[in-house]
Amino acid sequence: MLAADKEVQRTRAPKRKVDFRQWLDQEAPKLLILPTVLIILGLAIYPLLLSAYLALSRFKLVRGGFELKYVGFRNFEKLISGSQQYHFVGTLGEILLWEWAIISVVISGFGYWLWRYFSGASKKKVTIIGSIGRLITVAVFSVLTILAFTVLNDTGRPGSLMVTLFYVFAGVSIQFAIALGLALLCAQNIRGKNFFRMAFFIPIMVTPVGIAYAFRMMMDMSQGPFSPVWHLLGLGDFAWAGDAWLARWVVLIGDSWQWIPFLFMVLLAAIENQPKEQIEAAQLDGASSWRVFKDITFPAIAPVAATAVLIRLIEAFKIIDLPNILTNGGPGIATESMTLHSFIAWRTQDLGGSAAVGYSLLFIAVVVCVSFFNFIGQRTAAKGA
Amino acid sequence: MKLAKMMKPGTLKKLSVALATTTALGVCATQAAAKQYDGVTVNVMTFTGPQIAEPLQRHAPKFQEMTGAKVNIITVPFSDLYTKLLTDFVTNTNSVDAAVFAPQWMVDYADPGYLENLSSRIAKDSALEADDISGFFRSFSTQYQGQPYMITLDGDFHMVYYRSDVLKAAGLEPPKTWDEYLAVAKAVNGQDMNGDGKADYGSCISKKRNAQAYWSIMSIAGGYLQGKGTSQGAFFDTKDMKPLVNNEAFAAALNIYKDTSKYAPADEINLDVGDTRSLFISGRCALTLDWGDIGTLAIDPKSSKVIDKVGAIALPGSKSVLNRETGKLEACTATSCPHAVGGVNRAPYAAFGGWSGGINASGDVKVKNAAYDFFSYVSQPAQSNADVTKGITGFNPYRKSQFNSIDNWVKAGMSEEAAKNYLGAIKDSLNSPNMMLDLRIPKNQNYQQVVLDTAIARFLAGEIDVNQTMQSIEEGWNELNEDLGKDDQLKLYKATLGQK
Repeated sequence: MLAADKEVQRTRAPKRKVDFRQWLDQEAPKLLILPTVLIILGLAIYPLLLSAYLALSRFKLVRGGFELKYVGFRNFEKLISGSQQYHFVGTLGEILLWEWAIISVVISGFGYWLWRYFSGASKKKVTIIGSIGRLITVAVFSVLTILAFTVLNDTGRPGSLMVTLFYVFAGVSIQFAIALGLALLCAQNIRGKNFFRMAFFIPIMVTPVGIAYAFRMMMDMSQGPFSPVWHLLGLGDFAWAGDAWLARWVVLIGDSWQWIPFLFMVLLAAIENQPKEQIEAAQLDGASSWRVFKDITFPAIAPVAATAVLIRLIEAFKIIDLPNILTNGGPGIATESMTLHSFIAWRTQDLGGSAAVGYSLLFIAVVVCVSFFNFIGQRTAAKGA
Repeated sequence: MKLAKMMKPGTLKKLSVALATTTALGVCATQAAAKQYDGVTVNVMTFTGPQIAEPLQRHAPKFQEMTGAKVNIITVPFSDLYTKLLTDFVTNTNSVDAAVFAPQWMVDYADPGYLENLSSRIAKDSALEADDISGFFRSFSTQYQGQPYMITLDGDFHMVYYRSDVLKAAGLEPPKTWDEYLAVAKAVNGQDMNGDGKADYGSCISKKRNAQAYWSIMSIAGGYLQGKGTSQGAFFDTKDMKPLVNNEAFAAALNIYKDTSKYAPADEINLDVGDTRSLFISGRCALTLDWGDIGTLAIDPKSSKVIDKVGAIALPGSKSVLNRETGKLEACTATSCPHAVGGVNRAPYAAFGGWSGGINASGDVKVKNAAYDFFSYVSQPAQSNADVTKGITGFNPYRKSQFNSIDNWVKAGMSEEAAKNYLGAIKDSLNSPNMMLDLRIPKNQNYQQVVLDTAIARFLAGEIDVNQTMQSIEEGWNELNEDLGKDDQLKLYKATLGQK
């Protein structure tokens, strides 16, 4: 071998090594993330695909095993217009003229919002994804508005879909309002501040089933540990469990009791981290407390608040422990959430129906949460910044 | 030379200690070897108690001491039990070696071969004293197609309990018909029945959804639906498998059921059996509808305020019965109600059939044997005779000796009169020629725990009226009949009633 060739080889060999190291450096993030991706694929995506197939099938236990028969959208049809309509969508009532008027106003509002986007009045770039997203949002919210008026009047009855939306929207709004109030109070320089923080935080540290059982005992008017208190208040024979709306409110109160601490802690941290200079400057200028809150505190905490609400929304859609333990979904089917509906269907070996309810829940939750994130969350983030 | 002299001083002592130790170890080893199930673990599933799970958990350590087998009692909510077992068996998970469940579900487990046939084991097991078990439980409730797949641990009948002191003070007789039940409930409702100064209730019946409440409606409907004896059946017309749930008789039962709520705690719709039992024994109710548990819970000095103030009767009935041709309710005649007494047709309901133990057929032989021996041990008179007198166990009498021995009950704290009354009500039910059998066709859990329970819950909540409720149950049952094959279901239904 020529000396020159040897020289070339000597110089090439280390170069190759450096290349591999460089490559490794470049690809390290991907390689390190790969195990997690594989685990997620295995544990989340695979069951999701499998349950998608289940949602389109009829599951039947047969001698020594089971049988899956493809039935197309039959399970969804059953929920929306078939034998399970009363359970999922609800019992449809008649919409009165004034109710139609309100529906028209709401839908016109959605229409105006769409028009502003497409006409360029909102000064936002029109994109394909943006258009599709907005169209889906408007379609879903319009249908839900009509449905709300159809099942929530005297002649109709809400099914698990509307009951879940009640838990989500009414629950999260109430929880946010109370958590914000508590956080503002605890951010003040008051005596025993740390004790209150701890006390408010306790419910979230207990498991949901534990919370549900504790709440069930507390809400037992005639025999529970608080029954003397209820009797003293004249509520000894108060039957919240026999009335559909009262039972739903009790579930909602239990859920709030558990989840207010989460929002409270996040909001408290945000309030305490806001820049003090602006507040002091505003106070020097003689701004009222309300003005300080409206113009300084709230915009400062809005991005954090929006994220916390989004997390809470996602969580709220999955409510099951409280209605299951407090009322077993009763009276009738009044307190059944979609997750509980899906669980009850599973319990009856209707795995297809159960998966169909699960997928409907996924669809509604994704539309609501993505809409919230894109159209409210991002806006508050922009303002806050 | 003598051996002792050959040894160094102290050696003999050491040798004897060593010998003694070896012997002791040997004895221990022999004893350990005598435990036939050393290292065997049996996972037994049942529902979240405390009743039923309590006696199993209590007997497990003693059984382990005797045999070496470790018995784990796994509990799940009642409404999940059927499906958990089925999925465990079907998917071959086999995490459950044995289970204590409703014998009426057995058809869905025994037919595909998931349950072990226990006939040879029972035949060899003299300690079980199988002949002492009442014929209904031994030869019907725990059998599928003439073969035993389960061991009876509990005897079940729905009965009506009343407060003997309250009724006596009001000059009222225990109700014979459901109309009388309402009249008694109405008459005493609002009285203070336990001396706490608060108004109490005429009737307390568990009506909670997804719990154990769905048997009650059939207990009321039985007397209106079945008049010609046990083999007539009360769920379907044996001619064509037409559900007997959309007619004047079922409507009458639904109305009675709803009307009982007028004299009940305001939150009755959310009360499970545990809640109504606790209300009754704390002296807050004049009447209740329940299994045999109230009788023994009422004599528990720790919790009961109604010791010796409780009477029991077989389920009340009706003076009219369903004409299956017309769907109308017609006054009882000698032909339509041959078993009526004093014009009242009663159909005591063998609701549930008594908690019994079954064994997973695909387990290891040793595990299956251990599971069988455990169930046998719990069912043997030495354990069972004491268990059935304790309210916490949830076990009610099912052995002939338990019905015949008043002493056992008196020893447990019942007065002789109360014991005679309590056992008499069970015997009346058990011996009735018009006893109503529970549904035992395939997927009976879907018919009852799903379709019936949901419709009744919606009816009680006021979501649907009587007619809509009946239509909803009829549609649901017809749908199941079609799905599972109407003719097959009819054949099996008739077989459970002893018809050909």
